[in-house]
Amino acid sequence: MLFKSHGGVHPNDMKAPANEAVITTIPQPPQVVIPMSQHIGAPCTPLVAVGDEVKLGQKIGEAKAPVSAPIHASVSGKVVAIEPHLNNLGNMVTSVVIENDFKDTPAETMVPAPAEALESPEQIADIVREAGIVGMGGATFPTAFKITSGWGKVDTVIINGAECEPYINSDYRTMVEHPEELLKGIALIMKACKVDKAYFGIELNKKFAIDLLNFKGAKQMGIEIVPLKCQYPQGAEKTLIKTITGREVPPGGLPAAVGCNVFNTFTAYSVYRACYEGWPAIERVVTVAGSAIADPKNVKVRVGTSMEWVFEQTGGFAKEPWKIIMGGPMMGMAQYDLEVPCGKGTASLLAFAGDEDKTVADPVCIRCGQCVDGCPMNLQPIYMYMYQQKGDVEMLQKLNIMDCVECGSCSYICPGRLHLTHAFKTGKAMVQAHLAALKAKEEAEKAKAEAEAAAKAEPAKEEKKEEK
Amino acid sequence: MNEERKLIVSSSPHIRTPRSTRAIMLDVIIALLPALVMSVVMFGVDPLIVTAVSVISCVVFEFLYRKLLKKPGGVGDLSAVVTGMLLAFCMPPTADNWWLAIIGAFFAIVVVKQLFGGIGKNILNPALAGRAFLLISYAVRMTTWAPARFQHIDAATAATPLSSLHAGQLVDGEFNAVFDMLIGNIGGCLGEVSALALLLGGAWLVYRKVISLRIPVTYIGTVAVLTLIFPRGNNALFWMLQNLLSGGLMLGAIFMATDYCTSPVTPKGQLIYGVGCGLLTVLIRYFGSYPEGVSFAILVMNLCAWLIDQHTAPRRFGVVGKKTKAKKEDAKA
Repeated sequence: MLFKSHGGVHPNDMKAPANEAVITTIPQPPQVVIPMSQHIGAPCTPLVAVGDEVKLGQKIGEAKAPVSAPIHASVSGKVVAIEPHLNNLGNMVTSVVIENDFKDTPAETMVPAPAEALESPEQIADIVREAGIVGMGGATFPTAFKITSGWGKVDTVIINGAECEPYINSDYRTMVEHPEELLKGIALIMKACKVDKAYFGIELNKKFAIDLLNFKGAKQMGIEIVPLKCQYPQGAEKTLIKTITGREVPPGGLPAAVGCNVFNTFTAYSVYRACYEGWPAIERVVTVAGSAIADPKNVKVRVGTSMEWVFEQTGGFAKEPWKIIMGGPMMGMAQYDLEVPCGKGTASLLAFAGDEDKTVADPVCIRCGQCVDGCPMNLQPIYMYMYQQKGDVEMLQKLNIMDCVECGSCSYICPGRLHLTHAFKTGKAMVQAHLAALKAKEEAEKAKAEAEAAAKAEPAKEEKKEEK
Repeated sequence: MNEERKLIVSSSPHIRTPRSTRAIMLDVIIALLPALVMSVVMFGVDPLIVTAVSVISCVVFEFLYRKLLKKPGGVGDLSAVVTGMLLAFCMPPTADNWWLAIIGAFFAIVVVKQLFGGIGKNILNPALAGRAFLLISYAVRMTTWAPARFQHIDAATAATPLSSLHAGQLVDGEFNAVFDMLIGNIGGCLGEVSALALLLGGAWLVYRKVISLRIPVTYIGTVAVLTLIFPRGNNALFWMLQNLLSGGLMLGAIFMATDYCTSPVTPKGQLIYGVGCGLLTVLIRYFGSYPEGVSFAILVMNLCAWLIDQHTAPRRFGVVGKKTKAKKEDAKA
C-alpha cells in the first residue's frame, strides 16, 4: 500500500553512491571535544575535573531536570580542559575536552542490562535515560522523557525510517547491516511505551531494507513495515503521523496529543545497544557525502570528533568546498569552522562544491504558488513572506507562521529563489519577541495596578487601626 | 583550521530545484510552439512576422525600462518573450498589422507590467491587457480576419466561427466544422485557431508540472456545462463543441488564465477562479456586444485573484473542519 502525504517536494534523493557503502570505522581522533548540551532541554554540568582519567562510556555530564540527557565519554583518556567550544548551532557551549589514550578502557557501567530489567517499562526507560539517548534524527529530544511522558496517552509507536533528506544513508545502512538489532530495539521501545503495535515507515527508495526487515520477522514482532512514497518531508514528525495513521497533530501540540510517539531509526538502534550491549550514546553512524567529497561513505564516528578529522579520515575533499553542512541538505546547519564536533544527532556531514544552492542576486516572486502546494503544514508561504518583509507581526500570526516546521520545501521549490525558510525563521522569532513584549507589558500593568491598589488599601488599614 | 577556507553560512535548505523562473518560461515557450507552427501552416509566413515583432518589442521595452530606471533583473527570465508570444497569438494573422504589435507590446510591458513593479507584481495579465487595449483602440484592424489556407471560401476576409456563434448560428457542416476548429482551418486570431495544437501545449505544461489542471479544467468545464444547458441552434452538443473550440477559449484557459502572477495561489482559489472565468466568458459571449468574452472574463477575474486568495486559505494542519468541530461541540453540550 502506498501512502501519500500532503504537500511536499521531490528533490533528487542523491543517495548513491554512499547507499552501497558499508559502514566502516575511522581511526579515533587524538582528542575529543564533548559539548555538555547535545539535546533539547537543560544543559549538563560536568561531573569530571581537569586532570581526571576517564573511561570509555563513563558519565561525564548530568543535569537534574527531567527534560535532559546525560553525556558520556566517547573515548578513554584524560580530561585536559573544560571550556566553551563552538557547537553545531553556532553557540559557545561548555565542553569537556578529553585526550585520547587509544585504549578504549570501558567503564564498569558498560555492561548489558539484566534480562529481567528488560521486561519492565520503567526499567527500560531508566536504562535509556542513563544511556543519554536522544532523538538521533537531529531533533535531539530526550528519548526517555518522550517515553515516560507518553504513558497513558500513547497507543501507537511509529519508527521513522523515511530518511527523506537527500544524501543521508546512515539509517538505511543501519537497517541493512543491523536489522535484527534494530527490530529488537524497536521491540524494547514498544515495551517501554506500553504498546504492542509499531509502524516502521520506510521510503520506497530503501526497498531492500523493507524486504530485509520483513524477512527478519518484523511482522511477528508486532512491527508493521509501512512503505512510503519518496517525498520530502515524509519524515517530518507530523507529516509521518498523518501519512501512517491519518491523525493530525494539533498546532503547537506534541504527537502524544494524538496518541503517537515517533522515534528515529538510529534511536531504536541506540536503545538496543544501551540495553543489550551497555553502550551509551557515544557513537553515531555518519554519512559523509556531497559534491566536494572524494569518496562518499558511511562511517562510525565517536561523539566529540571534529568534522575536520572525519573529513580527513574519509579521504578528504576532491574539490574545494564552499559549504559544509552538519545534517541534511534541507534542514542541516551550515558550518564555518571545521573544529565543530559531531554530536549524538549528527546523521551526515556534507560538503558542497557545485551549484547546489543556486542563489541569485535578486530573488523575485512570480506568484507561481508552488510554495503553497508544497507546504506540508498547509501554510501560504507566499503571503507569509510578504508580511515578514513588511514586519507585520499580526498578519504573520493570522497566517499561522508558528505552525511552520522549517522543513525548507518552499525555499527548495521556489523558482524565483526567494529565501522563504530563512524569512520564516526570522518571522517566528519576531512573533515570539512580540508576544513576549505583550506579556511583559501586561504583567507590568498588572503589577502597577496591584501596587496602586495596595497603596490605596494601606492608608485605609492604618486609618482603621487608628480608629481602634 | 590551518588553511584558509572560504565557507558560506546560510539558512537551510542548502539545495534548490533546478527549475528556475527561466526554466519555467522556457517550458511555456515550448508549449506555445505547436500553435505557432499550425498558424504558419494555415496563414503562411505572416504569423511569424507578427510574432517576431511582438516578441522583440516586448523584450526591448522590458530591457530598456529596467536599464533606464536602474532596476535589478532584466530579460533573462524570458517572461517578456512569453508575453510577446501570447500577445501576438491574440492578434489577426496578417503581417500588415505589425506596428500594432509594437503598440500592444508597449502597453503590455511598460504600462501593465513594469509600472506595477515588474514580474510577479502586475495585477493584470500583460498580454491580455495589451490585446484588450488594441481591440478597443483599433477595433476594425483587430477584427479583420484573413481566411485560413484550406478554407472553402473565396472572400478575402472571413467571418470567424465565433462571430457566427455570436449571431446565434451554428457553423454549417457540423462535423467538418468541429474538425476544422481542432486543427485550425478557420479564420481567427493568429495563435488561437488550432485547438489541438493548444491542447498539445497544455499537455506539455501539465506533464512538466508548470501548471496544474485546476484552472483549465474548471474554466473549460464551466463553459462546456453552461453552453450545453443553454444551447442556441438545434444541436446542443455541437453548440457546446463549437463554443469550446472557437475563439480564444483554449488559449485563454490553458495559457492566459493560468498565468501565475494574476491567478490565485491557493488550490481552492484556483477552482473558484476557473469557474468565474468560465461563467464570465459565457455571459459575455451570450449577452455582450463583443463576440469574444475570454479576454475580458480573464481580466476581470485577474482583479479578483487577491480577494479569492484571502478567502480560500488551505485548512490549517491539525485543526478539524468547522463542521466537524461544531458537531463535536454540540455532542459535548
